[in-house]
Amino acid sequence: MNLTLKIWRQKDSNTKGQMVDYKVNDISEHMSFLEMMDVLNEQLVNSGEEPVAFDHDCREGICGMCSLYINGEAHGPDRGVTTCQLHMRMFNDGDTITIEPWRATAFPVIKDLVVDRTAFERIQQAGGYISVNTSGNTQDANAIPISKEAADEAMDAATCIGCGACVASCKNSSAMLFVGAKVSQYALLPQGQVEATERVLNMVKQMDEEGFGNCTNTGACEVECPKGISLENIARMNREYLKASLKG
Amino acid sequence: MALDSKVPKGPIKDKWTTYKDKINLVNPANKRHIDVIVVGTGLAGGSAAATLAELGYNVKAFAYQDSPRRAHSIAAQGGINAAKNYQGDGDSTYRLFYDTVKGGDYRSREANVYRLAEVSANIIDQCVAQGVPFARDYGGLLDNRSFGGVLVSRTFYAKGQTGQQLLLGAYSAMNRQIARGKIEMYNRHEMLDVVVVDGKARGIIARNLVTGEIERHSAHAVVIASGGYGNVYFLSTNAMGSNATAAWKIHKKGAYFANPCYTQIHPTCIPRSGDYQSKLTLMSESLRNDGRIWVPKHMDDVMAIREGRKKPTDLSEDERDYYLERRYPAFGNLVPRDVASRAAKERCDAGYGVNATGEAVYLDFASAIERYGKEQAKIHNIKDASKAKITELGEKIVEAKYGNLFQMYEKIVDENPYKTPMMIYPATHYTMGGVWVDYNLMTTIPGCYCIGEANFSDHGANRLGASALMQGLADGYFVLPYTIGDYLADDIRTGKISTETKEFDEAEKAVKDRIDFFINNNGTKSVDHFHKRLGKVMWDKVGMARNEQGLKEAMAEIKQIREEFWKEVKVPGGASEMNPELEKAGRVADFLELGELFAKDALMREESCGGHFREESVEESGEQKGEAKRNDQDFAFVAAWEYKGEPADAVLHKEQLEFKDIELKQRSYK
Ligand SMILES: Cc1cc2nc3c(=O)[nH]c(=O)nc-3n(C[C@H](O)[C@H](O)[C@H](O)COP(=O)(O)OP(=O)(O)OC[C@H]3O[C@@H](n4cnc5c(N)ncnc54)[C@H](O)[C@@H]3O)c2cc1C
Ligand code: SF4
Ligand code: FES
Repeated sequence: MNLTLKIWRQKDSNTKGQMVDYKVNDISEHMSFLEMMDVLNEQLVNSGEEPVAFDHDCREGICGMCSLYINGEAHGPDRGVTTCQLHMRMFNDGDTITIEPWRATAFPVIKDLVVDRTAFERIQQAGGYISVNTSGNTQDANAIPISKEAADEAMDAATCIGCGACVASCKNSSAMLFVGAKVSQYALLPQGQVEATERVLNMVKQMDEEGFGNCTNTGACEVECPKGISLENIARMNREYLKASLKG
Repeated sequence: MALDSKVPKGPIKDKWTTYKDKINLVNPANKRHIDVIVVGTGLAGGSAAATLAELGYNVKAFAYQDSPRRAHSIAAQGGINAAKNYQGDGDSTYRLFYDTVKGGDYRSREANVYRLAEVSANIIDQCVAQGVPFARDYGGLLDNRSFGGVLVSRTFYAKGQTGQQLLLGAYSAMNRQIARGKIEMYNRHEMLDVVVVDGKARGIIARNLVTGEIERHSAHAVVIASGGYGNVYFLSTNAMGSNATAAWKIHKKGAYFANPCYTQIHPTCIPRSGDYQSKLTLMSESLRNDGRIWVPKHMDDVMAIREGRKKPTDLSEDERDYYLERRYPAFGNLVPRDVASRAAKERCDAGYGVNATGEAVYLDFASAIERYGKEQAKIHNIKDASKAKITELGEKIVEAKYGNLFQMYEKIVDENPYKTPMMIYPATHYTMGGVWVDYNLMTTIPGCYCIGEANFSDHGANRLGASALMQGLADGYFVLPYTIGDYLADDIRTGKISTETKEFDEAEKAVKDRIDFFINNNGTKSVDHFHKRLGKVMWDKVGMARNEQGLKEAMAEIKQIREEFWKEVKVPGGASEMNPELEKAGRVADFLELGELFAKDALMREESCGGHFREESVEESGEQKGEAKRNDQDFAFVAAWEYKGEPADAVLHKEQLEFKDIELKQRSYK
């Protein structure tokens, strides 16, 4: 198929960006979206132009590195997949595809389609861990039985890949789904109880400081999340927060 | 320099304990004055950085991604081994040790493997304490599954995302130390050289991938945890950015590179679909527990399928060749990875591949669906269940076991694997070879350590499933933090290492010159052009089956591609900005050297062992006719190569392998 691409080009964080049109031809429907981008970039390199910078690494939907806003949707039109798992069979010959970076104050553009997501790092550093030493003197793993249900639920929350699609698809640029997922993972496990109070308070505080918006329950994040992280995690975090605030 | 593996004396069971008791320690107050650089934040580097920081050292950690959590370890699916014997099925440290040495086709160092097995159980305790949500049974205890080539159930898992959960555990431990100021994290930074001062590793040169700035970082010791070099094949299951640069740079500064030819080609990956293909996707080995592998028996059926005149489901049982079950009745579809991969290649080379490229075989779940369906019908007391009902019940079970993998397959291939068999083909997956290290995990450069997939140490010529995650975490949490103390104990009075020295000047200049060269070369061909050509030579001539002539050709061809690369490569953009093409150029330049050494190593090793198969070395007669033939008489050694300029001039050093606790045997899966 032959396509027209409208792509956000921006030299660096200090320069203003703009949409630029490109044409790519003979795209196979079996290609992944990023392989289509590779074709474009090879074309650009061969004609002496700078290729389009975009983040990617594993190309199998798990590292959370890829991050494109395609035709107005984070990770594009398919559901339950990341951009790297999106296939060209979702598009038709002659289509025009708009490709933008994540848009959020807390995620400044570094170059073209690459954004800075280190705000997520700082939120994790504020409390996304259990304070256990890596000494090897821990108790036997089976000493704390955990019900299958709790373990499975914690696992579902823990599958978040930290991509930021939830923020990009939220009209308030809220990071509640991402933070809620981490808080929930620990809240559901006995190991997480000791520090539960400080954890939720510190992580939420950091989230606010980073400039993420408030949650107004539109649910767009859940729809676009490639890992199906559920809104329940936000509700659980809100309960944890309330509990912690009453204590603290 | 003579190779000294520094394996402690004494019975294998006591070596590690006795050694730890006697090792030099650095007192906590002194650790504050010691800096350690860790390059890489996968399972190995992440766990090492967290532990070293917790012990009190000042750690600087580096990763090329924008977060430690995105290291390639995140992609591991199946699980992690540990000799916990929770299932009471007779597992033990010794058995895990034995399985690993045998699985590695008797080409690993006994003492290291024993230590790995010994600390494995503790890894699980550690991870659970960190909140890693491993799968549990209904009683609330940890669940296990079994993996290829072994007789016990010792693999711990978190759905199909074990690597992700373990890495997030190590990442959380890192975050705790970053928050305490004990780890300085350098994301989007790439190490481009090691700096050696008075014979010791004392720092690195790194490029800030956002600004392009070249930075100097000093430390008392440098730990390389940069992962494997599978991308030398261009196509592999590794992440796009996985590279050998860090390992190769230390090699060029004096670290020996061991057994580069030991590479694992994984049998169950999604086949290539076209020339635009950028990477290959693994389908977990666990699928072989229930999937049966076959190709059509008759050539007309192959043709009919390729031309779309027939569907695989049209073929009756006796029109199919379940070649693994035919050749290896004892292990059937569960033979080890190297054996399964070669068998698929053999059938496809003979013309029986089932897709347009001729490089695919079927992995069929129909029998499993029927078997589970009948079982379920019995359990639920459904009398005279219809075929449709049985299929429905069976599909449910298969979905519960492999749902996410089936979904992944469908997303990529656009075919429903419940209804039609999957197509699979082998792909490069893991590199057993790597930087040579002694028992302390130190390379031949004093003060430079290497851990995780980047080193050569524990898997011999073939790695068993679920053992890489175990090794990475064992190295980082439990081994390196002890052994590095022994070295650093001499450095308590050294004081901060200055970066304003001629060694740093020279290393920085070399790095800058190379970058300037790329930017100004103005050649005619893209980096990928050369990478793809290298990959093709590697796959065709240094792939699943190798022979003398092919390897000699490969060495010559790689050299020629390398020379052309340095003349014709084109890198657009500038040096002082984010420039992904420039990053790739540096990595491919290193692969173009590593590839040649790889072929040279394969040429030298005139035996077949594990993932290394020499067509000249096969059993000629008897029950094992046609199978790989190892040669313990002449090749029971680690090949450690010393850099001497051109890869072809590398000098071989041998570390003789001794097997005192395990008897050398031929692996038989018949
Ligand atoms: C698809 C897949 C599935 C797998 N499944 C399993 C499994 O089920 N069980 C199992 O045991 N094993 C599995 N493996 C193997 C296992 O995942 C890897 O061997 C292991 O994770 C490697 O860990 P590592 O820490 O050594 O390196 P990696 O995780 O590869 O980390 C490398 C790190 O080095 C950094 N880096 C690299 N070069 C530089 C540089 N020059 N400068 C700065 N930083 C650099 C990267 O940023 C990264 O942080 C699988 C592998 C793949 C590809
Ligand atoms: S919650 Fe979903 S969308 Fe948000 S970062 Fe995690 S995986 Fe991405
Ligand atoms: S590239 Fe890793 S999730 Fe898309």
